[in-house]
Parts: sequence; C-alpha cells; structure tokens
Amino acid sequence: MPLVEMRDIHKYFGTVVALRGVDFVVEENEVVGLIGDNGAGKSTLIKILSGVFPPTKGEIYIKGQRIDPRRYSVREAHRLGIETVFQEQALGIKQSIWRNLFLGREPANALGFLKVTQARDETYKLMRQVLRFRGGGVSPDAPVRTLSGGERQGVAIGRAMYFEADLVILDEPTRALSVQEVQKVLNFIRTLKDRGKSCVYISHTIANVYAVSDRFVILDRGKVVGEYRRDEVSEPELNEILIELHESRAQEEFQENSS
Amino acid sequence: MIKTSFDLRKYKMQIGLILIIGLVILLFIITSPEVFLRPSIYLAYLTTIPFVGIMGLGLTFVLASGEIDLSFASVMAFAGYVCAVMVDLTGSVTVGIIGGLLSGAVIGALNGLFIRKIGIPSIVVTLGMMFLIRGAVNLLSGGLGKSLTFLIGTPWHSILVGKIGGRFPAHALWFLALAVVLWFVLFRHRFGNHVLFSGDNEGAAWMMGINVDWVKIKVFILMGILAAFAGIIDSFRLLKWWPTMGEGFLLTTFASVFVGGTSMFGGEATILGTFIGAYLIGSLEAGIVAAGLSGFWTRFIYGFLILVAVTIHTILRKGRES
Ligand SMILES: Nc1ncnc2c1ncn2[C@@H]1O[C@H](COP(=O)(O)OP(=O)(O)OP(=O)(O)O)[C@@H](O)[C@H]1O
Ligand SMILES: [Mg+2]
Repeated sequence: MPLVEMRDIHKYFGTVVALRGVDFVVEENEVVGLIGDNGAGKSTLIKILSGVFPPTKGEIYIKGQRIDPRRYSVREAHRLGIETVFQEQALGIKQSIWRNLFLGREPANALGFLKVTQARDETYKLMRQVLRFRGGGVSPDAPVRTLSGGERQGVAIGRAMYFEADLVILDEPTRALSVQEVQKVLNFIRTLKDRGKSCVYISHTIANVYAVSDRFVILDRGKVVGEYRRDEVSEPELNEILIELHESRAQEEFQENSS
Repeated sequence: MIKTSFDLRKYKMQIGLILIIGLVILLFIITSPEVFLRPSIYLAYLTTIPFVGIMGLGLTFVLASGEIDLSFASVMAFAGYVCAVMVDLTGSVTVGIIGGLLSGAVIGALNGLFIRKIGIPSIVVTLGMMFLIRGAVNLLSGGLGKSLTFLIGTPWHSILVGKIGGRFPAHALWFLALAVVLWFVLFRHRFGNHVLFSGDNEGAAWMMGINVDWVKIKVFILMGILAAFAGIIDSFRLLKWWPTMGEGFLLTTFASVFVGGTSMFGGEATILGTFIGAYLIGSLEAGIVAAGLSGFWTRFIYGFLILVAVTIHTILRKGRES
C-alpha cells in the first residue's frame, strides 16, 4: 500500500488549468523528485496534497484511507503526518522566530494560552543544534524580518525538521541557500530516508534532485509526462529529457502564435 | 538557557508615550495649576476616557488582523438602545446587558461575514455598516433618547459604573481589567497568535493551517462586543441613552490607537500603547480648555500630536528593521 496516492487530479484556477489529470504516488520510505518547468503545476499538486486547497476533481488516498476533500485541511494533513515546506516560505516576517516555528501548532495549556518558555527553548535548541544560526547568536525572539534569506529558509525547513512527519514535502527548499546549506538540506532528506520516512522533493537543480531521489516524476503543463526510477536513468539523461521537453514546448508555443 | 532579562528597548515606544503624557500634564500644571494640581480632574479623566479606551482595545485587534472598522461608534449607540429596550420589556437589567452585548456580537459577525465570505474590503463594509446602524438606531428610537434613572441603586449599575469609595469610577477598573486580559489574549494565546499572523501574512497563515476567515470574523465579533459594552456602560453612567451617542468617538478612538503605536499595516499591535494613547488623547481637551484656549485649539493639537507620534513610531520601527 502506497503512503500517498493521488488519482486523476484536476485543478482549475478560474479559467487557468493548472493540473489536468495527474496520477501521483509516493511509496513508504521513498524519496520522489518532482521536476518540471516553471508553471508546470508542481506547487499546485503538492498544495492539494498538503491541504491548502482542494482539487477541482480527483481522488486522494493517504495510508490507504480515502480523503474527503471538503474535510481535508492543512491541520488534517499535519495530523496524518504530512509536513510541507512551501516555496513561498510561509513566514510572518514581523513575528518572532519561535512564533513562526510553531505557527498553527503552538504549545499551549488547556485554555489555549501559550507555553512561551517551552516554545522559545525548543526554538533555541533547534537553532543551535540543527540550523546552526550564526553560531547561536540569534535570539528566538528576533523577528524573522531581521534574518538573512538563508536563515529565513532555515526557519521554514526547521518546521519540517522539528515536527516528525511520515512524509516531508520540500518545494524549492534550497532557494537562497549557500552550497554548504544545500548540503544540509540534502543530508536532511537522506536522514529521512534512513529513518524510514518518505519525501517529495521539488527543485529546478537536477543535480540535487538526482543525488537524493529514488524516483523522478516529470510534470509538464499540468500532466505527468515521464516517470523514471533512479536506476533507469542517469543524471545527464534526465537533464536531456527536460531540455527536450522545454524545446518542444517552445516550438509548440511558437507554432500556436504563428498560426 | 536563553537570556530572558527584561529588555527595556522593547518598550521604548511605551516609555516614550509615558514621557509624553508626563510632559503634557506638566504643561497643563504650568498653564492651569488650579485645575491640574487637584485630584478631581484626574478622576474626571478616569470617568470619561474608558469608553474610547475599551473600543480602542477592540480596534487594536482589528488593526492587528490587518483589517479596519468604522462602524463601532454606531454599534455603541445600537447596543445601548437594545439594552435599554430589553430592560424595559423584561424588567431585567441582566437580560438587557446580555441582549446589548449580543447585538454588538451579531453586527460584528455580519461585518466579518461580508468582509471574508463575500470579499468586500473592510473599510467599505464597515463604512456601510456605520451609516446603516446609525440610521437604524434613529429610525427605531424615533430620534428620541431614553431615560434610565431607574438603574440607580441596582447591582449592575454599581458593578459597572459605581463609584468605589464614593469617588473612584468602577468602569476605569473595567477598562484596566479588559486591557490586561486582552493583552494576554493577543500576545499569550493561540487566538492572538493567529490574529497577528493573519495580519502579517495571510497566505502564510493559510498554508500553516490557520483559518484566516474565522480568525478575522472572531476579531470583528470581539470588536462588536467591546463597542456594545462601551455603549451599555456609557448609558448606565449617564442614566440615559441618546441616539447620537458615540458620534464623536470614532476618530478619537482611531487617534488613541495610532498615537499608541499600533500600525495600519497589520501583524503588529500594542495594547499598552492603546491604553496610554486613550489617556493621552482623552486628557487633551480638558487641559486645553482649562488653559483658556478656545475649543478650536483642540483639533489642531490632536492633529499635531497624531502626526508627531506616528512619525516617531514609524521611525522607531524602521530603526528596528535595519
Ligand atoms: N492561486 C492561483 N491562482 C491562479 N493561478 C494559479 C494559482 N496558483 C498557481 N496558478 C497557476 O497554475 C499554474 C501552475 O503553477 P504552479 O505554481 O503549480 O507551477 P510550478 O510547477 O510550481 O512552477 P515553479 O517551478 O515556477 O514554481 C501556473 O500557470 C500558475 O499561474
Ligand atoms: Mg512552484
């Protein structure tokens, strides 16, 4: 039984068709590299899986359980063990690091009042031990707007690291990161794999995707146009496939425009 | 462990405000010592300021959530009317108070639903609601006030607006208590956290599982209830209700909140600032009049103070960013 199965997913934004019949599976303990051009529909697909918005049409199964799209939500996804680092980072930059880390899952007492000390201490620990912020000189009370681009991305990824999940979805997580920081993210994906978890990894940097993924799914204009296991394809071949796709698409658009 | 020492810099805005209040009062003492060296003027402040202050607390939440409300001064009058009528009908002050508060909650919920479920900007919805509710109040009451002298001696009257020790107005304590509770709600409760994030980055809040629509609707309900409470206690205090009640309060409430340091941009707010701002704005008029200046000066000085205070707040905020 796959961990996640999405069948015949369609998504319209008004008249824009973002997804047109996508089948997407993530197995237990599998790292899936989701790749494709700008606007292919990658983020849309994983946002549906994360409960941000429902599909216009299609079925979703998580751990074998059919998901009712009307009752599915980000909260429900969290409850089912799906953790997502969004391309948009999803940070409130005027708020402190600890508030951002725990947004939506604040440690609180029975009346809903925050356990601030606990939240700050846990944030501090994560910043020092995992994210290694400037040698630990940053306070968890610092507003996110005072952080560098890479540090902000660190906070966004830190959420996924802190909340143990069965499936971690990373949408362009290495944006704004230095080479060493990128290695940390790739290592995080490897530890997920070692611990028996699953991961969906979206990136335009094929070398990074190739380094950690078990399988690749190529999306183009809202459809899956290719699926390869890592042993079926080499990194140059994968690059070649994407370039060809890009060119054929440009050609089609050219023909459309000139006809 | 993290250093948790009390960081004075975090409160420099509020400290600045207290200094301004001190300066203003000093100025008043110099210009009219006969008034400002006696306690009665300060007791008068405690009597008149809490109404604007309580609505200012609600407005602080609304602004923190990234929205705006123009209807609360009308809600104040409406809830006062509902309360008075229900006391008339049922003979029970308790029922009247509950009815008044509920009417405020319902108008707040309507505001929220129009804004979030239909998608009309809050400034437009609440502008319409401001006129609608004021009109409804006038139509229902026929433009006539209502006497509430029968409230004298009832327990609710003493609890809400009685004079503690014969002098100290109870509703000043209600204002203080609400400010403390709402500080905890905004900065130490999940709900407040969601309010701040909804105002800071709505998309981020959605993606992290916050139902921004509901958060904002609840904020408008809170604003409605607080405005209703202000209306009820104001009519209790004066032992009468009148249809133009609250008309002068809309802009002074905004002035209090902005002078206090809450920004228009959402995601940032200060309850302590609003508390101090209400007393600052509320103390000006009496001082200006006592100093022998004409009432014309009041607006000029309000305007001056608002511009100066907001400029200082903005510069301080910019300073924190860089
Ligand atoms: N909220 C939205 N409203 C309207 N259209 C949208 C929305 N989100 C995405 N789209 C459209 O759907 C299509 C797919 O977008 P999506 O963000 O999924 O692409 P992507 O594969 O993640 O691209 P990128 O690599 O640039 O991140 C695009 O044409 C985009 O304009
Ligand atoms: Mg994307």
